[in-house]
Amino acid sequence: MSRGRKNRRQPQHHWQDNLRRLLSPGTFVQRHAQVALDSLGRLYRNWIPTVMTAAVIAIALAMPCGLYLLLGNLERLSGSWEGQASMSIFLKQDITDTRAQALLAQVEEWPEIESVQLITPSQALEEFGRQSGFADVLGVLEENPLPYVLIVLPAGEYIDPVAAGTLRDRFSGLPETELAQLDLQWVQRLAAILDIAHRVILIISVLLALAVMLVVGNTIRLEIQNRREEILVTKLIGATNGFVRRPFLYGGIWYGVLGALIAWGVVEAGFWLLSEPVSRLAGLYRSDFSLETLPVQLLGILLAGGTLLGLLGSWLAVGRHLDAIEPS
Amino acid sequence: MIRFTHVSKRYPGGFEALSNINFHMEKGAMAFLTGHSGAGKSTLLKLVALIEYATRGQVILDGENVTGISKRRIPYIRRKIGFIFQEHHLLFDRTVFDNVALPLIIAGYRHQDIGRRVRAALDKLGLLSKERLYPVTLSGGEQQRVGIARAVVNKPMLLLADEPTGNLDPDLSREIMSLFSLFNDVGVSVLIASHDIPLIETLEYPVLSLDQGRLAHDVSGAA
Repeated sequence: MSRGRKNRRQPQHHWQDNLRRLLSPGTFVQRHAQVALDSLGRLYRNWIPTVMTAAVIAIALAMPCGLYLLLGNLERLSGSWEGQASMSIFLKQDITDTRAQALLAQVEEWPEIESVQLITPSQALEEFGRQSGFADVLGVLEENPLPYVLIVLPAGEYIDPVAAGTLRDRFSGLPETELAQLDLQWVQRLAAILDIAHRVILIISVLLALAVMLVVGNTIRLEIQNRREEILVTKLIGATNGFVRRPFLYGGIWYGVLGALIAWGVVEAGFWLLSEPVSRLAGLYRSDFSLETLPVQLLGILLAGGTLLGLLGSWLAVGRHLDAIEPS
Repeated sequence: MIRFTHVSKRYPGGFEALSNINFHMEKGAMAFLTGHSGAGKSTLLKLVALIEYATRGQVILDGENVTGISKRRIPYIRRKIGFIFQEHHLLFDRTVFDNVALPLIIAGYRHQDIGRRVRAALDKLGLLSKERLYPVTLSGGEQQRVGIARAVVNKPMLLLADEPTGNLDPDLSREIMSLFSLFNDVGVSVLIASHDIPLIETLEYPVLSLDQGRLAHDVSGAA
């Protein structure tokens, strides 16, 4: 027993030895790469269940991703309308052509204004006649009842509701103005609706992310049960919990990555299927609008999200089930 | 190497598998552990392997008191021990090479070292030609030797064997036992649980004999 005290130091030495071996960069990278490849190989050998699980994950990832892209397209579309959100300034009936032209020249100098267009009563009447089909009836009128109108397009920073309101008040204050009317309201309503859609997609995303974690967690749980014997043996010959955990965590990561890649394919395919009818519809509106598909950043987010969710899901399963397997 | 001081093990429910066990096995010694089934052989090995814990007394392994050891420390102590089981516990979805390499991978050896050490261990056990085979294609004796190769590849300080010859015929059993002697000759401590009394008696090693949880022979002189 006299050796007892001397030997007590040995475990520490052993521990430092292990640490040095683990942290030597070559070994560290090598063993992680090895475990990652082993996990991938295991998934590949059972590729049918792997693909099925990955497909479930892919659907759960593709849903919010696709919805988000659709919403982005919708916003782009409404954004292009927002540029056209204009203000109509109706001038008083008694305003003469010279005064209207003078006002136009004056207003064009305002910094708040992107562009301004003067519509004369005769132009307005003609357009109204053309659009309404009442041209013949209108010909009966002895006198043109329509006033001069300024169509004002606010500069970019004056499109938001408050600034646009101030600009309208400025027009209202002009002695020539009968009525200044903001045409922005419907754009604002659309923006509010899109905000709600954003929120809905956020909720769906969170729920589906949870679903991905549960799917991965459950798959890994089954995997742990299938490899129970192996876990027991490795623990018995000195595997740390970290060592036992690692292949399962990598497995979860691979499920996430595979799911994200398939989800990308699903989204691309979905948009490809939509692109033709959408451009036909756009054509009917004389627009050259076309759907924008997955940008590279979103693909990156998709991959990172899949990886993270896979890792979290497997972490849940591993934490709950691995400690319970101890040799006895 | 192993020191038990007043060790008792009582399982939940009140069954006392070991009562007041005292023994000391020196570093580099080799000993047999015998007794009827149910006498406590497996329990004693499990206490050494840190699978079970003593309810009373002290277990000291390689100078370290492991009686109330923390769970995080257990893997590192187990790496000093090579285990050989009756059911050999090989992984059937891996080749012989991969099975034997497992302790080295766990301990974080470099790739090149693993190959060298695994082949050295397989060579010592006459299995070098089988490294690419799967355990299921091997005979019982060969599987047991793969299990031994896995136990010794890490150059452990202590070999624990639980009925290593339980499923083997007498010739193979003798061969396996002589392998253990060879490892003992190079300084590895060896503790073998076995009820193969006739075989044990032909070998000149101390015997710890358990009877209903008590050590029947005083073996202090032998160990």
